[in-house]
Amino acid sequence: MKNPSKLAAAAMAALSFAGAAAAQSINAAGATFPEFIYKKWFSDYKNAHPGVEINYQAIGSGGGIKQLTQGTVDFGASDRPLTDAEMADPALKIKPIYFPTVLGGIVPAYNLPDVKTQLLFTGDVLAGIFLGKINKWNDPRIAALNKGVKLPADDIAVVHRSDGSGTTFVFTEYLAKVSPEWKAGPGVNQSPKWPTGMGQAQNEGVAGAIKQTPGSIGYVELTFILTNKGMQYGQVKNAAGSFINASVESVTAAAAGLTTFPASITNAPGPKAYPISTMTYLLIPSTIPDAKKREAVKGFLAWALKDGQKLAPPLGYAPLPKEVVAAELKQLPQVK
Amino acid sequence: MSAPAITSGGTGRTKSLLSSLRGGDAVAHLVALVFASSVLLVTLFLVFELWIHCAPSRAKFGLSFLFTRDWDPANGQFGALPFVYGTVLTSVIALIISVPLGVGAAIFLAELAPHRLSEWCTFLIELLAAVPSVIYGLIAVFTLIPLMRQYIEPFLKRVLGFIPFFSGPAFGDGYLTAGVILAIMTFPFIISISREALLEVPRDQREAALALGSTHWESTIQVVVPYARLGIFGSIFLGLARALGETMAVTMVIGNDTTIHTSLFARGYTIASVIANEFAEASDDLHLSSLIELGLVLFLITIVINALARLLIVVTAGRGTGRAT
Amino acid sequence: MNRLAYRKLVNKIMLTLTGVCTVLTVSVLFIVLGYLVFNGATSIDWAFLTQLPKPTGETGGGMANAIVGSATMVAIAALIGLPVGFLGGIYLAEFSGKTFGFLVRYMADLLNGVPSIVIGIFAWTVIVVPMHTFSALAGGFALSLMLIPITMRSTEQFLLNVPRSLREGALALGAPQWKVIGTVAVPAAMRGILTGMILGIARVAGESAPLLFTALNNEFWPTGLRQPTAALPVMIYKHAMAPFDDYHRQAWAAGLVLLAMVLITNVTARFIASRGIAVQKG
Repeated sequence: MKNPSKLAAAAMAALSFAGAAAAQSINAAGATFPEFIYKKWFSDYKNAHPGVEINYQAIGSGGGIKQLTQGTVDFGASDRPLTDAEMADPALKIKPIYFPTVLGGIVPAYNLPDVKTQLLFTGDVLAGIFLGKINKWNDPRIAALNKGVKLPADDIAVVHRSDGSGTTFVFTEYLAKVSPEWKAGPGVNQSPKWPTGMGQAQNEGVAGAIKQTPGSIGYVELTFILTNKGMQYGQVKNAAGSFINASVESVTAAAAGLTTFPASITNAPGPKAYPISTMTYLLIPSTIPDAKKREAVKGFLAWALKDGQKLAPPLGYAPLPKEVVAAELKQLPQVK
Repeated sequence: MSAPAITSGGTGRTKSLLSSLRGGDAVAHLVALVFASSVLLVTLFLVFELWIHCAPSRAKFGLSFLFTRDWDPANGQFGALPFVYGTVLTSVIALIISVPLGVGAAIFLAELAPHRLSEWCTFLIELLAAVPSVIYGLIAVFTLIPLMRQYIEPFLKRVLGFIPFFSGPAFGDGYLTAGVILAIMTFPFIISISREALLEVPRDQREAALALGSTHWESTIQVVVPYARLGIFGSIFLGLARALGETMAVTMVIGNDTTIHTSLFARGYTIASVIANEFAEASDDLHLSSLIELGLVLFLITIVINALARLLIVVTAGRGTGRAT
Repeated sequence: MNRLAYRKLVNKIMLTLTGVCTVLTVSVLFIVLGYLVFNGATSIDWAFLTQLPKPTGETGGGMANAIVGSATMVAIAALIGLPVGFLGGIYLAEFSGKTFGFLVRYMADLLNGVPSIVIGIFAWTVIVVPMHTFSALAGGFALSLMLIPITMRSTEQFLLNVPRSLREGALALGAPQWKVIGTVAVPAAMRGILTGMILGIARVAGESAPLLFTALNNEFWPTGLRQPTAALPVMIYKHAMAPFDDYHRQAWAAGLVLLAMVLITNVTARFIASRGIAVQKG
């Protein structure tokens, strides 16, 4: 044989195909916000049900919606609902049903090796930073919130998402609520025109960039901070006037009274609520023609809404309120 | 029965296919022809597919696409200028660094180094060409960026900060860093091909200059290099073509900023990088079409540069280069 | 200083400078390789070569599926690209007329010059969109497009280098043209042709850009050619950009595996070539 390495590779591949032939292979793609809990869920579910293999690619909410529309994945995931334009897209043959999975928080993460105290931010100041109006760390507006903290005179390196992101959508939604200047400017969008900063793909990329660049600040989902030793993040002032640390408790408080979905829970009124919180959704097509796939997906959803919720808090996500879970289990039969 | 024809390439006569599909020769010819034409067809098909799939943005923006600075997926505004700027700028920076170093090294290896050393060094340098782009990117992210951020960029800022190119915030990534990693990636092409061009210069040219009393350097720079200049230019164009199309290493260090900045320390974007980052989730048709149109623009730029390069190298090989000045 | 002394000084300085240039460029190679080998060697472990990736953020696990995925897609690329390139190269060397041959060569060069990301776009429009899924087939197809021109040109090159005397001898014995090609020319050029093929395969195995939106990625073992598939270069990219230290460790390990494969094939190919009929480079 001219190229023995080719033969060996083919044999390896054939063997692995044969071994996995029995598995029900399901493809999903979407938000990076919940990727920790989703990957854990899919991995645990596969261990419990070896016949079901759900391959999830975290490419961003925008990507998830697009792949779902084009039919290149079996279901999608997004931190934001589809826009009217996306719903009306003629390519979207089967309309999705929203299944919220967990709650989570978005934190302002930064990298200031010499600042040991946790910084405090208000929505206004965050808007100023991301608008490029506040561009030095020792700006009086930041200093006013953090009395007694020695802030360096360095430039602020803003990091934002370069891809269509549900995390961005929620973050800009929060900024628009607290800053009229942001609302009039870039506005609420999964991929706004950023006045300043560098873009990285996915939550991972933003977290990676912040970690590598002293003087940088960006917005990432909480778990990325918790799983990375030494990454710093700030507290944010909520609507009730208190500075809140993002945590399972404060995110749960933001969802108090939540019964319907999709819904926005940013800048929630509660005294202990974390202001930049959100639900995240799985976008399940209302019709799944393949019976085996449909059963597998529905089986997974039922598991995620009950047993899966317990796995959320250790990873930094908050479980859904009971009312929401009940409503979802009621709508599960709608997936035909 | 086929008359034996001497065919060692290029000028064999072909029999009319219609008249003889009998005999092994005709079959062999046909089979080979089919496969050769497939290359033709695939390439033409590629251009065709690119062209059709960018119809929406061509229709909407026309030629102004190339000159608009705005890249705003949210509002349906797409312009190619920031990416063309970034692509050209990083490639120019790469050439500014790699051409002097590369041609210098080529001169050393062709003129001064002992034969064995020259062969070994060239071998090692050509291995550099085989290293995948993503590995350059990996090393750049963890070594080059901190190096630029902590030492090189502050130094340049102190010394040359009065020039707009070297002012502004410097975080280690951006145009300059991308240019540096591209320079490293183009070294092998420039050195290898320039060295070949220099080695092809006939001995008597050199010896004539030396006989007239020039120093070794003078004979090199005034006689040998001009004689080989077409081949050297060809290598530069080839290196440029490679730099323009480079994706992974650049994407990892360019900083992904869709606006145009003067400072070399600033973050920017190149055509290849924006396609790599945004393609998988370009949510609407216009966005996708604009990205594909960008791909077409890049393709056209690299075609032109490649064609010029091939032309120069062929002319060098064929006609024995230009005259010594 | 008189003119001669000045010229001699310039001579010394400039010649030394060229030596400096060489040292700089060669040392870059050693730094690149050395750094990667050092980081990769300290990062690689048996788990890396045999296990699947762990869920995001957890340490450990490996890229075994990416290694298999890469091998699969390179195999597909070779299956498509090598025969096409080989037979096309035979055409160019043995059969082609002036104008058509020029056209084919020009198109092959054009295809060779297409940026790899644009090849990815083409594979996406032609395979991913109609199939409605990301797949190893799409990734393999994209890679084959890059393999064809390399194989074609090197096959043509080495066939042209076969001495006329060999062919004429066979023809004088009454062999038809196809026999001359098949039993004399090709075997004589085989070493060089194989070298070209191996070098081409090594090159496409390291490509990442064309796979980004054709094969996408996969957490598990490949389950079929029509499913998204992981590949080593793509994993390196994604892991390098992520914030987790363990991901960085795995990126270095993957880089070492990839680099080792590429360099070993390159060095082997060159040794094979240098033992065969004297060949021209490039």
